[in-house]
Amino acid sequence: MPARRAAIEPAQLRSACESARARNERLVALWGSDETARSGGFALHLALAGRSGLAWLTVALAREHPRYPGIADIFPSANRMQRAAYDLVGIHAQDSPDHRKWLRHRAWPGGSFPLRKDFDLASRFPASDDRYPYVKVEGEGVHEIPVGPVHAGTIEPGHFRFSIVGEKILRLEERLGYKHKGIEKRFESMTLADGARLAGRISGDSTVAFAWAYAMAAEGASSTQPPRRALVLRAILLEIERIANHLGDLGYLGNDVALAFGFYQFWRLKEDLLRLCAELFGHRYLMDFVVPGGVARDLSSRGAERLLERLASIQTEVASLRSIYDEHAGAQDRFIMTGQVTPELADRLGLCGMAGRASGIGRDLRVDYPVPPYEQLDVRIATQTRGDVAARAAVRFDEFAESLRLIRALVARLEPGEIKVPLATAAGGRCGIGWTEGWRGDVLVALETADGGRIHRLHPHDPSWQNWPLLERAVMGNIVPDFPLINKSFNLSYSGHDL
Amino acid sequence: MTTASAVAFQLLQSVFVVLVAPLLIGWVNQCRAWLQNRSAPSILLPYYTLAKLFHKDAVIAHDASPLFRLTPYVLFGCMWLASGIVPVLATSLPFAPAADIIALVGVFALARVFSALAAMDIGTSFGGLGARREMLIGFLAEPAMLMTMFTAAFISGSTQLTTIVDTLAHREFAIHPSLAFAAVAFAMVLLAENARVPIDNPTTHLELTMVHEAMILEYSARHLALIEWAVALKLFAYFTIGIALFLPWGIAQAGDWAGLPLAIAALGAKLALGGAALAVTETVLAKLRLFLAPEFLSTAFLLAVLGMLIHFLVLG
Repeated sequence: MPARRAAIEPAQLRSACESARARNERLVALWGSDETARSGGFALHLALAGRSGLAWLTVALAREHPRYPGIADIFPSANRMQRAAYDLVGIHAQDSPDHRKWLRHRAWPGGSFPLRKDFDLASRFPASDDRYPYVKVEGEGVHEIPVGPVHAGTIEPGHFRFSIVGEKILRLEERLGYKHKGIEKRFESMTLADGARLAGRISGDSTVAFAWAYAMAAEGASSTQPPRRALVLRAILLEIERIANHLGDLGYLGNDVALAFGFYQFWRLKEDLLRLCAELFGHRYLMDFVVPGGVARDLSSRGAERLLERLASIQTEVASLRSIYDEHAGAQDRFIMTGQVTPELADRLGLCGMAGRASGIGRDLRVDYPVPPYEQLDVRIATQTRGDVAARAAVRFDEFAESLRLIRALVARLEPGEIKVPLATAAGGRCGIGWTEGWRGDVLVALETADGGRIHRLHPHDPSWQNWPLLERAVMGNIVPDFPLINKSFNLSYSGHDL
Repeated sequence: MTTASAVAFQLLQSVFVVLVAPLLIGWVNQCRAWLQNRSAPSILLPYYTLAKLFHKDAVIAHDASPLFRLTPYVLFGCMWLASGIVPVLATSLPFAPAADIIALVGVFALARVFSALAAMDIGTSFGGLGARREMLIGFLAEPAMLMTMFTAAFISGSTQLTTIVDTLAHREFAIHPSLAFAAVAFAMVLLAENARVPIDNPTTHLELTMVHEAMILEYSARHLALIEWAVALKLFAYFTIGIALFLPWGIAQAGDWAGLPLAIAALGAKLALGGAALAVTETVLAKLRLFLAPEFLSTAFLLAVLGMLIHFLVLG
């Protein structure tokens, strides 16, 4: 992974960000850490994606009143990350217009910071007040609809506050963090080898992407080189994960416009694939397959054949389903121009991943910074420019076809060999970066080791951080009953975001 | 025809309708499942659901007024009354003169008003949302419904459903082109009024997209059971109105016990066909964007008016 690490002074932060922005670089992640044991203070970390790769910038902050100049005006996606960094580590972004809490609800009071090393995990707090100042929209006929955090159906918790007039959405405000589980804190009590299972459970639908990113980071920190066969197998699974999720989402898009036929067909195909995954890889959703040092199971040549056969039959059916979707006047009327994110807006606010590609942001790690085995595959990027629900559906269809092609090419490149090497012991103070293109977008895992093969700080980053704020923009001016469809067309992660 | 026999017929029909209505829902759901390549639930599932709901304890919002508790009974009563007026098994029922087609539309409107009021009564945002949408659909569906019925009424010269059915079913066979337009318009109104695709989606769990379901989200147990039963009765009533207006053949006279088996068989066959057609419609169509619902219903209205004009053209 082409990544470099640099330390900068707080005074240089804004100018570094401004010049990065001018070079058309984007903010991948922002997080904080407690460095009391090492330098006696805190640190702010930024991951920026530029043309040459990833830059991991670290800003050392003082122990007393840790603060840094806010960068949300340069990178709008930084706003929520800065607020989360304050909730968890207590580092303060100055001159930021928004200092409301973000991930904190009632589990711990303001002024306690769970990711500080002196925070006692056994401490329990009385449930505090969970009031949150939503932005009020005023005007004649304007009213609010609060939706969630408990929803009908099997969906994760999140609160959506709509300000509407009639059926028209004037503003949507999201409130997330209900699913905060303290994953980052949990990592700090683990060794590099143990962490893999947890990493695979950060966001269940992206388990391969997270587990691979974790493995990449752990291997980087311990200078372990996984065998080639393991890398090819990881890529096969990453593409299977992409296919399974795209199939599911395409079904959901049909369901949300009452085209239950499409829903059941796509979900039948997804189920067929999941069952085969359970047989071949030991888990329907491919958990615990990618481990630091390689992969946990091998794929036999008979298994690979069965996989290709199954995918070929899915491909035939998806081709006819695609023409049904494309030619269905009712469905297309609901999809087209619904929930639009223009390329300009997407670029300004940092939309990323699959949704970004539907808004003309032609970025894909498999193309931009191909790690083995992608460097040999010449991945074709799928883009659309309209940025509406129809575009996000079209990108899914195109990526489905491309992933099939990649799996065939990868299976052809499967050479016999080892699938796993033991993970070398990492010294304390080493760092590692893992960065993979999951189905939703780029997943980042940034890792620093402590002595004894333990984890000092691990920050997993889901692309939903960037894309949740864009959902607020995408629904503006649309009508209330179209929200579920727009939401589903992004299908963002709650768990991966709330950590 | 003796009065006692006619009254017995009326009672028979009323009981028959209440008992059979959920079967139609079950049949439509079965057809839909088959069309979606699913294995279908039992056709009796709506009955099990009703039984389950009647056995539960009702949870009622603290702020609910008596109106909220009353509404399920009003809805059930309205729909039962409506299906008592419609000649389902026989014409010339003793109830029939009590209400003509205009009153029938009024009964449906009464139910609509109560369900919208009850939806707003407990003050949840989804209830208000649903009530508002229901009214948006209702104020366009009602005139379209009336126009359809008037087209049929012009042919028989009466707004009494019984007379209309008698004219169409028992007199000499004639082709009425106006009825073809009215039938299409009626089918569109049926979809909208019964909260079916493409206007509403009866199977969705997404509150923000709901129309009818959003109004009844706060109901549980026996109240919900009565509402579900009323929904089944309403669909049954609409189907039987459609059958009475456009496919009346095979219906018995009140008191004509010998004609009853044929009437039941004919009704069963027509409902089975109609239910299957509804399932096909719901499978091939996607739900319309909410603001296209008025256009859909204006089209229905327009078709009904065209039907009426054609009636005069053909006469003239």
